[in-house]
Amino acid sequence: MARITSLAEAVNAAVADGDTVAMEGFTHLIPHAAAHEIIRQGRKNLTLIRMTPDLIYDQLIGMGCVKKLIFSWGGNPGVGSLHRLRDAVEKSWPNPIEIEEHSHAAMANAYEAGAAGLPCAIFRGYRGSDLPKVNKAIKHITCPFTGEELAAVPAHRPDVAVVHALRADKAGNVMLEGVLGVQKEAVLAAKRSIVTVEEIVDDFGPRNLNAVILPAWTIGYVVEVPGGAFPSYAQGYYPRNNSFYKQWDGIARERGTFLAWMKENVLEKGPDAFRQYARKAAE
Amino acid sequence: MTDYKPNEMMTVAAARALRNEDVCFVGIGQPSAAANLARLSHAPDVTLIYESGTLGTKPTVLPLSIGDGELCETALTTVSVPEMFRYWLQGGRISVGFLGGAQIDKYANLNTTVVGDYNKPKVRLPGGGGAPEIATSCGEIFIIMAQSRRSFVDKIDFFTSIGHGSGGDSRQKLGITTKGPTRLITDLAIFEPDPQTREMIVTSIHPGVTREQIQENTGWTVRYAGTVAETRPPTAQELDILRELQARTARAHAAAA
Repeated sequence: MARITSLAEAVNAAVADGDTVAMEGFTHLIPHAAAHEIIRQGRKNLTLIRMTPDLIYDQLIGMGCVKKLIFSWGGNPGVGSLHRLRDAVEKSWPNPIEIEEHSHAAMANAYEAGAAGLPCAIFRGYRGSDLPKVNKAIKHITCPFTGEELAAVPAHRPDVAVVHALRADKAGNVMLEGVLGVQKEAVLAAKRSIVTVEEIVDDFGPRNLNAVILPAWTIGYVVEVPGGAFPSYAQGYYPRNNSFYKQWDGIARERGTFLAWMKENVLEKGPDAFRQYARKAAE
Repeated sequence: MTDYKPNEMMTVAAARALRNEDVCFVGIGQPSAAANLARLSHAPDVTLIYESGTLGTKPTVLPLSIGDGELCETALTTVSVPEMFRYWLQGGRISVGFLGGAQIDKYANLNTTVVGDYNKPKVRLPGGGGAPEIATSCGEIFIIMAQSRRSFVDKIDFFTSIGHGSGGDSRQKLGITTKGPTRLITDLAIFEPDPQTREMIVTSIHPGVTREQIQENTGWTVRYAGTVAETRPPTAQELDILRELQARTARAHAAAA
């Protein structure tokens, strides 16, 4: 049953050194504030899973929290490289990281299989690609009915899923809207979970009968962190700050500017720093 | 004649390849500009799909990232990412996939993974994302890429997504039933697969471009179709729509939240 608590307490209770952590968000609702808290608490040797590791994984990698990355697209969308990820892969700074690389289809299927309690995901994929040659977790399976050869990958079963959502109610039920990514699947696939939200409301009010709701009893911790997805966005609250994504390229390019930015904006700040970005676009 | 840049010719030529009845899986960057130009000019009913789950989206500005709010707000509906890849892409609902890449070879195989050795890369690129399955599940593939010796190479360092493999019936041998790359649109020319060998050969050259220029910017010996056309230059209307779209986009992306 969801406990409504502070971000520091949720991360302290749910995320341990050496854990496999999936912090999801597909452009939308990326849990920036929660990632910063994990960095502040100095977690080490994490295995991170994510379809599209962007700025927060660049930050976690650059701060030495990560030993392995499982992913399908690691870039700054529309801008270029993730310089801290590249520095770790190409030059082992600040430490070498192991990578396990998939396609988006494989990652999405693996989350769904995890949520469904299956050991693996089966799909029509990787035909003609070199990825199976460099990733031992990609195998093939023959359909017992048609004889078609299909790709198989292990289900994602993270120790912890961390996602950001728009609203929770006082009981800790969480509502997702807009670009949904794989957030629901990640939470249902994980042993433990933290959901940060823009606001906790008394009641969701009028809603679509098929609204995407994660019931309180599927979630570990719910934390109200207004602005907690910035510079990613929260539909109906604030837009994606594309200019910050462009600025990140310059900040992260060199180790020195990166470390200085992290000290000033993460290590010496708390979740309240995100409040300045919180607003409802319509108001 | 209206003045235009090679890059604009490329985007316009790529946009023209899309038909009004197409259902198009759109990659970010150049493919997104071309697909939206098509929608805002000759193909108003084209269905644009982005891998973030937005079906039938009609953005007024180009997205910087694949899941920008603009895409969701203007979409007919938005589905989850697993549903997007399972029902819509793998389910065979997409007629055209629009891709770009860092490296391409003469069979239109693409590399977006690494330059150099995989385990000791010279340059670690972002990776495949949706491309490995887009390349095999869409009815056909259009590729848009500016030409240079660095990107048009004799041998790609990594097969991220397959084009025509090693030519001929490579795709069929792998159990792939879709057409693969039917068009490669560059800033200099349009390439299409040779009916037998499946090598990408030049079928149309953009106005003012020479065969020497095409060869200088290609890492393999370029072959030409029996009849090579000259690409129609961009019309004033196509350029206006494209430039307005890019100006709106630049303003939107510069604005702070």
